[in-house]
Amino acid sequence: MDAPPFANEVNGDERGTVMSIEVQHLTKRFNGFTAVHDVSFRVETGELVALLGPSGCGKSTLLRIISGLEIPDGGEIHLTGKETTQVSPRDRNVGFVFQHYALFKHMTVYENIAFGLKVRKLPKQEIECRVSELLGLVQLKGLEKRYPFQLSGGQRQRVAVARALAPSPRVLLLDEPFGALDTKVREELREWIQQLHEHSQVTTLFVTHDQHEALEIANKILVMNSGRIEQNGTPLEIFDRPATPFVAEFVGENNFIEAEVTEPHLVPWGPFRFPVNGYPLGEKIRIYFRPHDVYVSSLPEYPHVDVKAKIMKTRFRGPMTELNLHIGGNKQVIAHVPKGVSLTSGFIEGSEVYIGITAFHAFSKS
Amino acid sequence: MHARNSHHLSEPFAVRRIIIGATLIFVGIFLVAPLLLVFTKAFENGLAAFFAAISEPDALAAIRLTLLAAAIAVPFNVVFGLVASWLIAKFDFPGKSILTTLIDLPFTVSPVVSGMIFVLLFGLQGWVGEWLDEHGMKIVFAIPGIILTTMFVTFPFVARELIPIMQTQGTEEEQAALVLGAGGWKTFFRVTLPNIKWGLIFGIILCNARAMGEFGAVSVVSGHIRGLTNTIPLHVEILYNEYHMNAAFAVASLLTFLALATLIVKKVVEWKLKEKLIASSSSWTPLPLPTKLTEMNEEPL
Amino acid sequence: MQADTSNKRISNRKKGRRVLPGFGLSLGFTMLYVNLIVLIPISTLFFKSFSMTWDKFAGAITDPRVLASFRLSFGASLAAAFINLIFGLLVAWSLVRYHFPGKRIIDALVDLPFALPTAVAGITLTALCADNGWFGRYLQGLGIKAAFTPVGVVIALTFIGLPFVVRTVQPVLEDFDPDVEEAAASLGANRLYILARVILPAIRPAALTGFALAFARALGEYGSVVFISGNIPMHTEISPLLIVTKLEQYDYAGATAIAMTMLVVSFALLLTINLLQARMNRSV
Repeated sequence: MDAPPFANEVNGDERGTVMSIEVQHLTKRFNGFTAVHDVSFRVETGELVALLGPSGCGKSTLLRIISGLEIPDGGEIHLTGKETTQVSPRDRNVGFVFQHYALFKHMTVYENIAFGLKVRKLPKQEIECRVSELLGLVQLKGLEKRYPFQLSGGQRQRVAVARALAPSPRVLLLDEPFGALDTKVREELREWIQQLHEHSQVTTLFVTHDQHEALEIANKILVMNSGRIEQNGTPLEIFDRPATPFVAEFVGENNFIEAEVTEPHLVPWGPFRFPVNGYPLGEKIRIYFRPHDVYVSSLPEYPHVDVKAKIMKTRFRGPMTELNLHIGGNKQVIAHVPKGVSLTSGFIEGSEVYIGITAFHAFSKS
Repeated sequence: MHARNSHHLSEPFAVRRIIIGATLIFVGIFLVAPLLLVFTKAFENGLAAFFAAISEPDALAAIRLTLLAAAIAVPFNVVFGLVASWLIAKFDFPGKSILTTLIDLPFTVSPVVSGMIFVLLFGLQGWVGEWLDEHGMKIVFAIPGIILTTMFVTFPFVARELIPIMQTQGTEEEQAALVLGAGGWKTFFRVTLPNIKWGLIFGIILCNARAMGEFGAVSVVSGHIRGLTNTIPLHVEILYNEYHMNAAFAVASLLTFLALATLIVKKVVEWKLKEKLIASSSSWTPLPLPTKLTEMNEEPL
Repeated sequence: MQADTSNKRISNRKKGRRVLPGFGLSLGFTMLYVNLIVLIPISTLFFKSFSMTWDKFAGAITDPRVLASFRLSFGASLAAAFINLIFGLLVAWSLVRYHFPGKRIIDALVDLPFALPTAVAGITLTALCADNGWFGRYLQGLGIKAAFTPVGVVIALTFIGLPFVVRTVQPVLEDFDPDVEEAAASLGANRLYILARVILPAIRPAALTGFALAFARALGEYGSVVFISGNIPMHTEISPLLIVTKLEQYDYAGATAIAMTMLVVSFALLLTINLLQARMNRSV
């Protein structure tokens, strides 16, 4: 095995120069349905990348292609600089954590973690040492003699991660790592995965349909839809500068309107005027703005907060309050204001307020 | 779980009694009485007569031949069952359902027809039979025919038992082993085989029971040559037709013991599989094991 | 670069390999074994029947003795399958829904006809039904003669088909969600109505499958019947026995004709039941 004995011993020179994962023009079809469509991207060594998208968008298939569990119909995969498109999964040396863990039911925790090392015929002592190190890393010391069915969901998940990390893989791939867990356990494990990644420094790619998970943990996000990559960027870029209408709609909550460019560089919508650039007159435009980018005040604040609106409905949403606002002409806007602001300003159903939109994204309809 | 005792959802007491009564009578007549009769008749004339019947040279020859046929047919069908179930449960390929039907075929063919096809294939009226005869080889009305027929009749048992088990288990564990660097054989022996262990044992037991007990098919190909081509069931027939009733039942009781052992193993395997099913279901069932570490380890870093 | 990618695309598709290992090996071995043990032997039956002229074939199966055997085989199998349908439902119902002493033993015993060699079943049932047997002496009092009559044939076929309906219906009843019954009860349905309209439709496909399997098994049965039937030509001679008789007389053509006819008829019956079931499932 040419892999370093431990995952965290990544060569300093390699960082940033050699791509851990590089895929080019990957395509995969199942019975006429194209699950992955000409996908290309790169992941740098040591990154923690989320593959985010709705169910059925092909993200799990993409992950399985990278691991070798699916064979692409076209395209190439390079792992740590080596072409591996035709390499069997057993020789790729990737760590893969299955959605339902796929732990070996008839083996103990210890045997599960040691499996990949025993297969590589490492000396017994080395195996013991490595397993014990990993048990510490995933905080399962003392449970090595248990069987998977004697563990909680979160514990099984950690065994699966430890098993995948044991042979010091070139990259770690996780398929919906928190998908099968309770909300509370998920939140705990998010933090844990991040810490584990910081500690091990192994390049990690995980699949999720949960935007909060992706935004919170990853240092890069690939947003996928219908087999294609819609955007590849940092969480901040994804959230603040969505590249496509899909990303704008999928990540975060939105007000969505459709309007036409009727004046040069301006899209009027009710009392609002959205400045847009580079669209010809008459072009149909989709505009998205986030509820928290709607500024609400009980008094007009010129020049930007001057549109009169009526609160039709308030909804308590924990730390913030959601306001359903009517701005006349049968037009509605959803706004989120901090709970405290809402209380002190007296935003109640029926009261009149002034609003302004502080940020928005425009896309051509075609 | 299914046996709910909520009163509003059950039948009136009298109806329940009648249904249970009918069940007991039906089972009593058709299953319990025959069992009792076999052992009563077998031991009617005392243990000495019983042992005399089963240790007589012709009986011993029949037992030897039955053991030989099973010893050859069962291992072949076990290997086939393992390979075929791996193929059918783990891969998709055109013609899979046809193959599955072919594997089931010996179940649906009358035992008499099962024997007959080997007579047609290797008998003297066919060209294969003539060729064999010219070269001094005998298959039908000889031991090879008995073994071949036994293989045909017991052919589906192991595969039929393993295919559904492997299908419900899916391929995730095998994929995990593969990604961890294990090869095909290692994956099979270390991951797949332990998971299908109980089903395999059950399939072998069933296959063996049928191999030792088959009557119709073997009767057609054997030619009933005493001490030579008689299996235990054929020997029972001969004894019975010659009015050696108690001897016939003594030998039959051997096969009955085998049947009872098969039923016991079946029940044990069913319990084991059910246990496994409960154990592998995703919900966490707290066990009476030391839990203080669990509590501690549930906390994140 | 572009050309390179398209080359790769073609090569990937051409290989069409599977990720899990052993496909080629297991396919090759399975096909070889199935061919040697099943396909080639079975095909001799077809070759043999196709080598016969139609007249010869028709003559063989319209012989009065053969026709009588068909009547007995199909009639007795049908009767036995009906008995097993009714009692099988009762047994499955008691085993799933009620508690009573000995339930586990009965549950295990239901498979006895699968496990017990047919010859043993045959001599045992004969001994039970013979005039001086445990049952025979009482049946005689009732004026029923069981051994060496068609009644005996039905008894033997009932025995060997007993597990089918029980074992097909039992899992369906076990999986039947009690919530559905509770929902029906909460909507005001009485017990009989629930049975007829909620539970029966759910177990009907399984019961029909069990019936068909019991029938098919009974049709081909040999070992357990030959002892109890007495094998009187035109009266208690079943078709499989006639096949054996013809084989012993080296009348391979006659035997093949009977075997083919039985195969075709039972296959047609099973197919009909499958189609019926498919239609029922669609309408549900």
